[in-house]
Amino acid sequence: MNSAANEKTGISRRDFLGLASLGTAILSGLAVIAGIFRMSKPNVRYEESTRFKIGKPENFPVGTVKKLDDRGVFIFSTDDGLHAISSVCTHLGCIVALTETGFQCPCHGSKYNGNGKVIGGPAPRNLAWLEISRHVDGSLVVDTAKEIPAGTKFKLAV
Amino acid sequence: MSEMNHKGIDAFKENLKSIGASLAGSLFRSGRPASDRSRAAAMFNNFFLHVQGVKTHINTLRPAYTFGLGIASLFLLLITILSGVLLMIYYNPSIENAYNTVKDITYVVFGGKLIRNIHKWAGEGMIIFVMLHMARVFYTGSYKRGREFNWVIGIMLLVLTFGINLSGYMLPWDQLSYWALVIVANIIQSPKEITDSLGITQYFDIGGFSKEFFLGGLAAGKESLTRVYLLHIMLFPIFLFLFLGMHFWRIRKDGGLTKPEGFEPAGGDTNLVTFPEKRGGIFPTNKTYGLMELAHGRTPAVDRDVENTVLSWPNLLVAEVAVFFLCLAGVVAYAFHINAPLKELANPLIPENPAKAPWYFLGLQELLSYSAFMGGVGLPGLALLGLALIPYLDREQHHAGVWFTGGQGKSVALQALAAGTVVLLGLLAFVIGFGWFRNWWPNIPQLLIVLVNPGTIWVGFICVVGPYH
Repeated sequence: MNSAANEKTGISRRDFLGLASLGTAILSGLAVIAGIFRMSKPNVRYEESTRFKIGKPENFPVGTVKKLDDRGVFIFSTDDGLHAISSVCTHLGCIVALTETGFQCPCHGSKYNGNGKVIGGPAPRNLAWLEISRHVDGSLVVDTAKEIPAGTKFKLAV
Repeated sequence: MSEMNHKGIDAFKENLKSIGASLAGSLFRSGRPASDRSRAAAMFNNFFLHVQGVKTHINTLRPAYTFGLGIASLFLLLITILSGVLLMIYYNPSIENAYNTVKDITYVVFGGKLIRNIHKWAGEGMIIFVMLHMARVFYTGSYKRGREFNWVIGIMLLVLTFGINLSGYMLPWDQLSYWALVIVANIIQSPKEITDSLGITQYFDIGGFSKEFFLGGLAAGKESLTRVYLLHIMLFPIFLFLFLGMHFWRIRKDGGLTKPEGFEPAGGDTNLVTFPEKRGGIFPTNKTYGLMELAHGRTPAVDRDVENTVLSWPNLLVAEVAVFFLCLAGVVAYAFHINAPLKELANPLIPENPAKAPWYFLGLQELLSYSAFMGGVGLPGLALLGLALIPYLDREQHHAGVWFTGGQGKSVALQALAAGTVVLLGLLAFVIGFGWFRNWWPNIPQLLIVLVNPGTIWVGFICVVGPYH
């Protein structure tokens, strides 16, 4: 009978149960490893929010650049409106400095033009343009987690 | 009654007097190492010594064969551990206190500066000695004949040595630490370069995931320091000890260090080693062989000493103690005169200018300046893989245990060194003089630079030219 069963299914009951328990053991092991990885991903971050107020629009007169060091952004104010460019180098995360032609990174020599476009060095991506919005109290809000297409300006509705 | 009492007290006094001798006897159960037999027992009855054989091959004891490089790495590790435990008395791994406690250790704690210097320089010394040891093993062909996997374990130990040094570099939370942490986190994130180029980052962001896993958040902060500390004092050491144990165990099981076939003791060897009292093994001749004399290899003949071996006690131990004290003296002297650097408190607003990698990663830093992914992940990974595969690609089994496998190997090694140096310097000079792709074509896709840069050309050169030896 046993051999007949073998011919029908191609696998004996013993082998099937053995393989099934082995598979279950492997799967549970993987689940435990996944759980350990998940555990090490914090549910609460002790970081400042990526959204922050930068003050009233009056603080940014046309033609000025403000470097918000602790937030890692430059706020440019031009005739067309405001725009925020991240000061975090896309290569390895150093803080770029403003130069006459654009931005330069002190760590590995990446260079960007005034719009944050890479023009030299190892940086793989252009500097991020960040979203500016207006809070209900009238002050401007920048979100470093929200990238917007380069060239997008925040128009001050007057 | 009183007489009996007296007797009892006398006996007790005698016992008290002999406590020293009986304690020593119970501690070292094999007695004084005065005969060949008790010298053998001194090795295999001792917990710390028994990992080594009772007998050692004369070739192993020739200073110019090993230069004591492997054991020096171990001793530097032991010095690092002891000084590290001392530093942990005061160090506090929080971003509020880390820098201040390191400063206290350096300027306030008694002996703190010296201990910190010793810890730093012994740890970095390990890198030098581990690399030199690796070169010794490579050039003597000691990764052959059953030792293939031990070479791979050695590569893992090299990686752990780098990891433990780098994680230690981040703990003082000064400017060097902070920006090293930021840069390492971004190297970990750098597979994003590839996923970005392929346009799949939003579905499969392995770079971002790994970075968050390492930092415990999106930016370098308090969680990150906790994790780096955990790596430095717990995870890396655990794996280091595990692999070290396997490394030594396998050396022992392979019959000690490699030695040339047809080894003949030379005249100078008698100055180095003490030969056994009598020929014919350390056990009476009616016994065929002491089990502890047997090692992996050819079956030894009955009634003869295992060829060209001498007792490890005292020959090997004297050599090891000498290396240990050389290491200790070197580290202490260096640490006494050269201070471990401590910069200003970490400041996330101002990168170090120029931000320099620790000296052992200067090469990587140069590679990084073309592409974070290739320089930080791709090429180091390839290089390590290539190193690990050496024993499996080089199937030649002869000449293990001879430096450069003799004269021809020496000239090949020198040619390789010369050719490698010329090409490397040529590439560097070219890049410094003329720049690279982006200086010529600013709009070039990043993927092209990732794939073709001086680093990849260099590795490609090694891969193409290497096998023509």
